[in-house]
Amino acid sequence: MREELLSIIEKNSRIDLKELAVRLGKEEIDIVNELQKLEDERIICGYHTLVNWEKTSIEKVTALIEVKVTPQRGKGFDRIASRIYNYPEVRDVYLISGGFDLLVTLEEKSLKDIAMFVSEKLSTLDSIISTGTHFILKKYKDHGTIIDEHIKDEREVVTP
Amino acid sequence: MSVPLNETVKNLKPSGIRKFFDLVSEMKDAISLGVGEPDFDTPWHIRDEGIYSLERGKTFYTSNAGLKELREEICNYQKRTQGIEYKPLSEVLVTVGGSEAIDIGLRAMINPDDEVIIPQPAYVSYYPCALLAGAKPVIINLKAENDFRLTAEELLNAITEKTKVLILPFPNNPTGAIMEKEDLEKIAKICIEKDIYVLSDEIYSALTYKGKHTSIASLDGMKERTILINGFSKAYAMTGWRLGYACGPADIIKQMTKIHQFAIMCAPTTSQYAAIEALKNGDDDVRLMRGAYNQRRRFLMNAFREMGLECFEPYGAFYVFPCIKEFGMTSEEFATKFLEEERVAAVPGSAFGESGEGYLRISYAYSIENLKEAMTRLARFVNKLRNN
Repeated sequence: MREELLSIIEKNSRIDLKELAVRLGKEEIDIVNELQKLEDERIICGYHTLVNWEKTSIEKVTALIEVKVTPQRGKGFDRIASRIYNYPEVRDVYLISGGFDLLVTLEEKSLKDIAMFVSEKLSTLDSIISTGTHFILKKYKDHGTIIDEHIKDEREVVTP
Repeated sequence: MSVPLNETVKNLKPSGIRKFFDLVSEMKDAISLGVGEPDFDTPWHIRDEGIYSLERGKTFYTSNAGLKELREEICNYQKRTQGIEYKPLSEVLVTVGGSEAIDIGLRAMINPDDEVIIPQPAYVSYYPCALLAGAKPVIINLKAENDFRLTAEELLNAITEKTKVLILPFPNNPTGAIMEKEDLEKIAKICIEKDIYVLSDEIYSALTYKGKHTSIASLDGMKERTILINGFSKAYAMTGWRLGYACGPADIIKQMTKIHQFAIMCAPTTSQYAAIEALKNGDDDVRLMRGAYNQRRRFLMNAFREMGLECFEPYGAFYVFPCIKEFGMTSEEFATKFLEEERVAAVPGSAFGESGEGYLRISYAYSIENLKEAMTRLARFVNKLRNN
């Protein structure tokens, strides 16, 4: 049931317990216990909401920053990664294969905020060799969800 | 001046679904539970393969029986899911949907006055196809108390000297019933004893929720007397691609191929290329879709339990078949009233044969959100009827 449970709540974390139990053919108490276990094991790391900020009047700018670093003896990339992810404004930090090492994403109110972060905080850290900042112009799909999707049932209403 | 019309065709009754369709079409705001096709889009990698075939200029006829590679993949699929070994070059025919296979399968076997046994409730095509092939259709009215399975006794009672073919439509549309191995063994025994051929429509075989589907053709002595019909519409959500197939004894497939050759030429080339991809790399898509259907099935069964609506637990296809006899209406009256008062369309069971009277076919090829709203309305409707 783990895989099915996770794939349901990955899409909709607000689903109610009873419905989960019915759909998975289990008792509610089993679902509660399983969810608790998944949280304890940090398999479920959070219950977030996917927001399309563009439709609000609130300005948000998202940037993807490629970072090249010198790994540290004995610590590899973990030490520098933690220096970066501890900044609260940093949203994601991934270790990446290929032309650079870390991919950092940032969400701020303005381009200027992001520029400030990169020039004053990120670039000045020891062991950072270079950075390359990309701004997101438009989100088409985020977390597996097509942002502007209007689902229309194209099927005939009644078929044999 | 009289219009030259064929008497058999002229006398065919249009499908009962048609009437209901016209009614629903006028209501723009109705939610429908009436479709017999998946709500999923064809998985992208399968569509992409179709597109790629067009880019490469694969726009010509294929051989009459279908692309050799597709027939080989069909054989692999039957081997790995049913353990049946078909020969790709002589025992497989790729058709325009499972429906074409039903039609030409019957036409290839039937002589005038042969009897074809059709268990009902069932998909709407069997009866007219049998008539058009010149057969006399013999109906078996399946019973709710048997979970709409075909029993040996029912079959024996329907067999006469003239019986030639048994149509075996499981997993079943509209009831969602399945036939398990033990059920099929009893049917197989009779077919062998009485020398009856089986046309086994297994289009929903990938959608079962209680163990894996068993084909009657996989039982001893049955491969040589079964035309196994399957296709891509339901398993891979490919209804619009119009692609199905028949596997069976070379002698019959050969005759079917002749009809297919003269009437159709070959199944759509683009669809055939896409289908190869479906069979090669589509197992995971099927697994995920089946999982989603199963959740919805449980959701509906629970909703019926909560509103006290009688329904046997169906383990196949994507239909549930609740009983509405307690309300003292025909299924058509019930469905029409439900549509008018609550704006929900579900197909009257009677559209699938007399024995569907008193039932409603509810399709769960819809999102959970859609089903939730529909069940809220059904509960309200049912309460209203009971309190009147």
